[in-house]
Amino acid sequence: MNRINQLFEQKKQSLLSIYFTAGYPDLNSTLDIAEALEKAGADFLEIGIPYSDPLADGPVIQHSSLTAINNGMTIKVLFEQLKELRSRVTIPVLLMGYFNPLLQYGVEHFCSSCKEVGVDGMIIPDLPMYEYEDLYEEYFSLNEIRNVFLITPQTSDERIHKIDELSNGFIYLLSSSSTTGKDLNVSDQTENYFSRIKNMQLKNPTMIGFGISDHTSFAKASEYADGAIVGTAFVKLLEKDGFMEQIPEFIKGLKG
Amino acid sequence: MNYQVDEKGYYGVFGGAYIPEMLYPNIKELREKYLEFIEDPKFQEEYVMLLKDYVGRPSPLFLAERLSKKYGAKIYLKREDLNHTGAHKINNTVGQILVAERLGKKRIIAETGAGQHGVATATVCALKGLECIVYMGAVDIERQAPNVARMKMMGATVIPATSGSQTLKDATNEALRDWINHPTDTHYILGSVVGPHPYPDMVARFQSIISEETKWQLQEKTGKSTPDYVLACVGGGSNAMGMFYHFLNDEDVKLIAVEAAGKGVDSGESAATTLLGKEGVLHGSRSLVMQTEDGQVVEPYSISAGLDYPGIGPQHAHLFTSRRALYVSITDDEAMQAGMELSKLEGIIPAIETAHALAYLDKMKFKEDDVVVVCLSGRGDKDLDTYMKYFGL
Ligand SMILES: Cc1ncc(COP(=O)(O)O)c(C=O)c1O
Repeated sequence: MNRINQLFEQKKQSLLSIYFTAGYPDLNSTLDIAEALEKAGADFLEIGIPYSDPLADGPVIQHSSLTAINNGMTIKVLFEQLKELRSRVTIPVLLMGYFNPLLQYGVEHFCSSCKEVGVDGMIIPDLPMYEYEDLYEEYFSLNEIRNVFLITPQTSDERIHKIDELSNGFIYLLSSSSTTGKDLNVSDQTENYFSRIKNMQLKNPTMIGFGISDHTSFAKASEYADGAIVGTAFVKLLEKDGFMEQIPEFIKGLKG
Repeated sequence: MNYQVDEKGYYGVFGGAYIPEMLYPNIKELREKYLEFIEDPKFQEEYVMLLKDYVGRPSPLFLAERLSKKYGAKIYLKREDLNHTGAHKINNTVGQILVAERLGKKRIIAETGAGQHGVATATVCALKGLECIVYMGAVDIERQAPNVARMKMMGATVIPATSGSQTLKDATNEALRDWINHPTDTHYILGSVVGPHPYPDMVARFQSIISEETKWQLQEKTGKSTPDYVLACVGGGSNAMGMFYHFLNDEDVKLIAVEAAGKGVDSGESAATTLLGKEGVLHGSRSLVMQTEDGQVVEPYSISAGLDYPGIGPQHAHLFTSRRALYVSITDDEAMQAGMELSKLEGIIPAIETAHALAYLDKMKFKEDDVVVVCLSGRGDKDLDTYMKYFGL
């Protein structure tokens, strides 16, 4: 069974997923960070594939992407590093990346490389749904890679149902329409949106992301979804000296 | 052969809408409504009135006699430089501001390279009393200072894009990020035939006035509505698309698109996308993109800010691969010389972007009665600083 499905099936408490950029801060820090996150209690991971033009990202993740590219990170290098993934990490791992680098690597090849190294899912923010369905879904299913779609407060119910139908891992709820790195601002409107989704009784579990940075926002998100995703706040930690030692504290702080 | 967009938003294999979910509602709304808006007689009435009374259309088609003599053909210049604000860009912003109004948007954003699109956007926002925010690469803010001042005078806020090469690509990223963060009240006036569907088609339709006029003007002047050659420079490709539009199905009209070779196509400092690029996705559409083997978009270079872009519109990618149009490139030096030449021969100082198209005349072999139309996409006022430095004026 796919590790993502297993995790949600056996879930007892709110799940915490952490995003970080592959090859940042150092080319070879990817797996050390992954391992440390699992030890510290993260439930699953999203490893970002750096891209030169990350449209959906704010300055912190843009900076990590640029540094990683300058460090020499590429998809090929990443898959080399990930050969050791399953001897060091047991929790589910997704890759998050923009479409162009995947297209150059070859989507079919990409999916089979994911399977080979034990990656469980993908998030590709700029791959449209019908392209996925028409051209690529078969490679994902063939290799048991779960493709995760995003939903924003502006996504229509009709489209949410369609996304639910196409998904088989979880659905990623954006706390607001924004680039990454803005603080979560829980207004009545946000709560209405979270409740609306919750009441739709989707077949897929949901995770809330964008703007989750501390225990308060994590707990709030957990009221409405199966858990939450932290990105920018963690990438900021990686900018500090001695960040490895601070990872356990950081995760504990989030989970409370 | 069909050169226009299909119902899925594609030109052959190029086009589409590769956008994050955050942009989907706005793009969907635009896709569902743009044709209905444009075809509405009330829209047309206002659009035509503004083009005439505000922009100053039709723009003249001028027979450049001394230039013609030099190159041995009948060379006509389509004078988009005489439009209000000095370039073709305003044809598109006038159209899009009317679209924005009908969508009920209160806040307008735009990207700009040379500053011509930024100025044209600031202009129509002032005209309609709408808030205007223009993203511009920090490098371009430096080299196109007069345009920055013009935008400010018309009430726009100019925000420097400081990521990457700090030019047009980065300004476009910042504009798209702004749109993601303002999902309901904002319309993005994209300045070229790039971006997710329906932008390439919508912008091409607004620019198609260039070839529409050229056809009847040629008929009047030569007794024939089609020329032998049509030339235009290509950054994202909007003036070229407008210049080609009504000639696409006249297969004996040779269409020539001129890209910026920068310091030479093999110099590593170039913006010649069809030569150096391969199929990829940039700014929401599948097209030709200059990129590394790993799919990272490379930073282009051209002396002209408006051509300094690592992609081209998807319709151009289709015209290139289907060989309907010829794509060539011109270096910085060749363009600068051509800009000087037109100034001396015809008393017209062209934008450096436009000078790229003019420079290609020297590489062509004409028959004496060949009729050639060059899209004179913009005037050179904004480039005086660059001309002065280059020629030590
Ligand atoms: C005068 C002029 N010509 C051409 C261009 C290039 O744009 P496009 O290829 O969309 O016509 C620009 C862009 O700023 C411009 O200012």
